[in-house]
Amino acid sequence: MNTPPTSRPAEESFAVRKATRPAWDVLSERALEILIYLCGISAIVFVLGIFFFVFKEALPILGNSHFSLTQFLFSDQWYPTSELNKRYGVFAMIAGTFSVTALAMLIAVPFGLGAAIYISEFCGGRTKETLKVVIELLAAIPSVVWGFIGLTVMSRLIVNYTGAPVGVNILNGGIILALMSVPIIVSIGEDALKAVPDSYREAGLALGATRWQLVRRVLLPAAKTGLLAAVLLGVGRGVGETMAVLMATGHAVHIPHGIFDSVRTLTANIAAELGEAPANSDHYRVLFLTGVLLFALTFIVNLAADLVVRGIRRR
Amino acid sequence: MKQRAHTSLTRNLTSTFAAGLAACLLQTGCGKSPGSGPDSGGGSASKVTIQNKGSDTMVNLAQGWAEEYKKAAPDVDVEVSGGGSGVGIAALVKGTIDIANASRNMKAEEIETARKNTGKAPKEFIVGYDSLAIYVHKDNPLNEITLDQVAQIYMEAGRITKWSDLGVKIPGSSSDEIVRVSRQSSSGTYEFLREHVLNKKDFKLGSRDMNGSKEVVELVGSTPTAIGYSGMGYATPAVKMLKVRKTATEPAYEPSVANTLAKTYPIARSLLVYTLGEPQGPVKKYIDWAMSDAGQRVVEASGYVPLPAGARAKP
Repeated sequence: MNTPPTSRPAEESFAVRKATRPAWDVLSERALEILIYLCGISAIVFVLGIFFFVFKEALPILGNSHFSLTQFLFSDQWYPTSELNKRYGVFAMIAGTFSVTALAMLIAVPFGLGAAIYISEFCGGRTKETLKVVIELLAAIPSVVWGFIGLTVMSRLIVNYTGAPVGVNILNGGIILALMSVPIIVSIGEDALKAVPDSYREAGLALGATRWQLVRRVLLPAAKTGLLAAVLLGVGRGVGETMAVLMATGHAVHIPHGIFDSVRTLTANIAAELGEAPANSDHYRVLFLTGVLLFALTFIVNLAADLVVRGIRRR
Repeated sequence: MKQRAHTSLTRNLTSTFAAGLAACLLQTGCGKSPGSGPDSGGGSASKVTIQNKGSDTMVNLAQGWAEEYKKAAPDVDVEVSGGGSGVGIAALVKGTIDIANASRNMKAEEIETARKNTGKAPKEFIVGYDSLAIYVHKDNPLNEITLDQVAQIYMEAGRITKWSDLGVKIPGSSSDEIVRVSRQSSSGTYEFLREHVLNKKDFKLGSRDMNGSKEVVELVGSTPTAIGYSGMGYATPAVKMLKVRKTATEPAYEPSVANTLAKTYPIARSLLVYTLGEPQGPVKKYIDWAMSDAGQRVVEASGYVPLPAGARAKP
């Protein structure tokens, strides 16, 4: 009987507790697990569901004899309600979407990343807080308000300062979209820079690097996946934005030759026309097919981003 | 509602519940069809909502009616939204609204679909007249235009693309190109112009397609080289309405009340509202009111042409 007397009661109490744990606890634990699992896979379910329904609505048009996919993709003739000769070509709108997004990114990426670097590395506490609040405010402005600014204020400025015949054009849409994507790029970019361990900064400074050298040689390479993600989310915003570009780009079916030309984007076209297209008509199905096309475009952008990020990581 | 009614067949309890819920919905003003719901005179607390949607040309007018009618019948709410004649008619055909506003006539196939979907034939009421005005910037020296010139400007393969083709030079602008401002294809104004001026031919691509009557006038007002078309009620000091000749040899008429009623202005049209079948109850009262002297005063105040005394409804 040399066993320490303390060990037995401890074991016993453990066993007792295990045996008497109420069934309710066990059950609720299990239920919560299932709930969290459902939440986890819901994103996949929704994406698949949306894709399924959009595709289902679009599919019948592909089998239609007077519809050609080549014409849909490569013709700029968009006459969905013509009385004489209906033509469904979205090439001009693909060009419109790309040109507006490209211009927006050309403006937003340097500004967004620059602001992210400044906020994260260069400015002091007070400025930092103010800047962050203001940028969040910028992100909270509804897109229709941006569109309105584009249609009224910006279009007048563009006509006055550039002499362009019309103020609603690629430049206008690009600037508006850039203003809308900058907050996203800034906040995600700043997070990416913040995630770089301070030991990197300390090591860099200890080696005698200037602050700019530190940013360029140490922080940017270390944070590049996060920064790329920031840029690509900005691109996603650009491709997907509807209301603002609908109002600011002039909504003209036209392959652009310069930044002062009006264009129409794929999203704006769906928004403007789906309401009137009679359900299950060819026009309706073609608009859903445009949705499939948009889906494919964003999928390609995301996939490319993923591959690039993985490529960077492997190295 | 239908589904709820269906399950109620099986259980008495559910049916009581459903009926109670239905009554609740109607009382709080969510009922979709006041015509078939309990009469507004039934209880002092009951409120009726009339859903009204369609033409952008008429949206200000319909809003004016709704506000004015509130004074005459405080227990009736009229909810007005725009989107274009096509959007309103599409909603009426689906049976989701009570009254559709249209600045063009319903097409035969739309009437057919309405009959198939709802079993009722749409009924048309003329509630006023509008002259489709051709707008240019106020500094544009042009004062008159023929219908053929309008067609050549807007039509696919039309010959007129420059202001010099019309014999004018825009003061203070180096650009000679005509900036065409048009409407999105769900607009009744768009279809009216296509049918009566372009003779059903298609529009030239590349026009700036605005999403509302007001936007057209606004863009024309801020663009010296633009031409646009919109209802006469939207004129502002920044634009000029052109006098229109039917043919080159006929006299030019300005879009005015007198010329519209005398039918000398060549592109005048009726403003219409449609209901499904003969209107009942509150909807009928509302339309009668709109066509009475009180309602027609609103038409006049909105810048449109009221019905002649003989065509008005007696209160």
